[in-house]
Amino acid sequence: MHTALEPPKGVWWKPAGRAEKLWVGIAFGWCLVLFAMMPLWHLKGEQNTTGIRRKVEPEAFQARTIEFIQQYQIGTEKGIPVVEPPPGSDVYLLARMWNWVPILKLQKGAEYTLHLSSMDLNHGFNLYPMNINLQVVPDYDYALRIVPGEAGDLRIVCNEFCGIGHHTMIGKLIVVDESAETVTYGGGER
Amino acid sequence: MSTAFRTCPVTRLKVHSQADALIKANAVAATIFLIVGGIAAFLVLLTRWQVVHLLDAAWFYRMLTIHGMSMLIFFILFFEMAVLYFAGPVVLSSRVPAPRIGWLSFVVMAIGALTVEWAMWTGRADVMFSSYVPLKAHWSYYLGVILFAVGALTVVGLFFASLVVAKRERTYEGSIPLVTFGALTAAIIAVVTLGHGAAIYIPTFLWSIGVMHVDPAVYRLVFWGLGHSAQQINLGAMVALWYMLGALTVGAVVLNEKISRSAFVLYILFINMAAAHHLLVDPVAGPAWKVWNTSYAMYLAVLASMVHGFTIPAGIEVGQRLRGVTQGMFGWLRKAPWGDPGFSSLIFSIVIFGFVGGITGVTFGTEQINLIAHNTLRIPGHFHATVVGGTALAFMGATYYLIPLIFRKQVAFWPLAKIQPYVFAFGMLVFTMAMTFAGTFGVPRRHWDITFSNTSFDLQYSPAVDLVIGIMAVGGLIAALGGAMYVLVTVWSVFFGRRFDLETVKTGGQI
Ligand code: HEM
Ligand SMILES: [Cu+2]
Ligand SMILES: [Cu+2]
Repeated sequence: MHTALEPPKGVWWKPAGRAEKLWVGIAFGWCLVLFAMMPLWHLKGEQNTTGIRRKVEPEAFQARTIEFIQQYQIGTEKGIPVVEPPPGSDVYLLARMWNWVPILKLQKGAEYTLHLSSMDLNHGFNLYPMNINLQVVPDYDYALRIVPGEAGDLRIVCNEFCGIGHHTMIGKLIVVDESAETVTYGGGER
Repeated sequence: MSTAFRTCPVTRLKVHSQADALIKANAVAATIFLIVGGIAAFLVLLTRWQVVHLLDAAWFYRMLTIHGMSMLIFFILFFEMAVLYFAGPVVLSSRVPAPRIGWLSFVVMAIGALTVEWAMWTGRADVMFSSYVPLKAHWSYYLGVILFAVGALTVVGLFFASLVVAKRERTYEGSIPLVTFGALTAAIIAVVTLGHGAAIYIPTFLWSIGVMHVDPAVYRLVFWGLGHSAQQINLGAMVALWYMLGALTVGAVVLNEKISRSAFVLYILFINMAAAHHLLVDPVAGPAWKVWNTSYAMYLAVLASMVHGFTIPAGIEVGQRLRGVTQGMFGWLRKAPWGDPGFSSLIFSIVIFGFVGGITGVTFGTEQINLIAHNTLRIPGHFHATVVGGTALAFMGATYYLIPLIFRKQVAFWPLAKIQPYVFAFGMLVFTMAMTFAGTFGVPRRHWDITFSNTSFDLQYSPAVDLVIGIMAVGGLIAALGGAMYVLVTVWSVFFGRRFDLETVKTGGQI
């Protein structure tokens, strides 16, 4: 027996002891379980980070966002347009130093294609309180199919450092439950 | 030639005077950056703890950049240069080939590091260590990083040369020892890493002076080819030091060279691809690329760590039993030299790295969990367990042997040195776990104000967050105290310490 500071003499490629073999086996088996879980989670899991990926000029993305805002704007809050697109549509969220534009009003249970991109630096999309995190990279359109699962007045925190105003970069996203609203206002129609 | 060597009275290794000197220089440089980074850590910590909220926003982000660069890059890499000079020339009892190149590299690295520090402290580089394009720093920042990397790469080349020289001059018999083999894998990974570094920092430097375009997504890809692989240099060096500390503290043996060496080789083969886990929630890569790189490739590297996590404690057990510590099932552990800071550091480093760092790392590295972890405090929670609780603590443990064996000084304030690993490890454990837990609430990393006091929309985290951040701060302060104890002991020993010789050891005279 020798220590790790001494050069082994002769042939050191020798069969391992029982305990070591057993451990390597267990560890390898565990790795196989993990191997299997990765694709399985991707297929079975509900939340993947896969979008329709495209390169986009920041100016083009901005123009598209403005067009989108004009089409569906329903109001303004704190100087930022509030937009209510119909279910199934493409919705745009633009990150720039240091706000998120526009304020989206989405319906619970409806599907949207959420386009995320940045006008300037990397930003981080962190949805509060669900804690969903995505990297927003300039020059790229991250188009994700989303289905809002819970109604609420949500926040979008920037969690990628984007300059001195980084910590002030917070946006808003509203998810409404249409069926619940109908009940609240007592409207007879369904 | 023979006058250039001394024989170490403890290990019987022949130590070349240039190896001695280069190790000392690099270790001292590492400690200087540890002090700078440590002060920055203290200030950053007291700002994130919003009860104190010490720094203003600009200085917070500046200090965070300084902390990341000084610690992760300069402290760690200078120390690793010392490890390479140790694992090559010293362990093989050979000379340092071309020591002048070693000194030149040292100077180049120092100039690079000082340039970067200058750019950061003067507010020319408030970009975080990751400096994601198009967030721009002054060109001197990128140039400094390039210089530093060129110097480091040269030392790696010198390490390879020292293996060739030792073999040719037959300074040892048989194969290179396992510690040297581990350092060799770290050095090979370093070449790959620094290749990525050149591929990204040179274009970025050119971009900063306005002669080239750099795509933000390509930057992220290649940067993490550098940034993640760099952590595997740390890993390789740390595991090599684990084996070394096992040997020096309790005479731990190598159970099976084949298993341990194969595990090291797995690091080289697979770790580069695992860098993909930094891009799991990025817009560019597709799911197949993400899943392949972060599962198939990454888990084989994880396998390697799991193997070392078994063979090292087992080697310690067998070593202890061979020395006659045989009572019961765990007598070898109970009767281990827990008062030897080299030994306690070794054990805590394995435990924190393996359990806290490893488990968080493997889970956050999966596609769907990354979605709830990316850029939250979970991430620094994870890597302070790996690179601080693991690597930095192993470096600290190694220092307690570096001081007598290379600096030939007695470790000063011995009672303080004895408890230092306990303080640091305990603090880090609390700090990393609380930080990770805070991240589960979605609390962002790199953020000056999570109370959102001056923003257009309000956000109030659960009151539990205040508590958890408070615990994180207390843990961090305890760890910082442990770090300060380490600095005090090492600096005092090296500059004002008493000479170490075998007589004092024989009489048990560690003061
Ligand atoms: C007592 C010791 C330490 C304490 C209390 C400490 C504390 C902290 C804190 C509070 C942060 C800020 C997290 C955030 O706001 O995102 C941080 C970030 C960081 N720390 Fe440490 N740290 C310590 C030691 C170290 C060491 C030894 C290293 C490296 C070897 C290190 C590497 C880093 C890195 C790379 C970052 C990330 C910087 C960034 O986000 O750009 N830390 N640390
Ligand atoms: Cu931002
Ligand atoms: Cu930001």
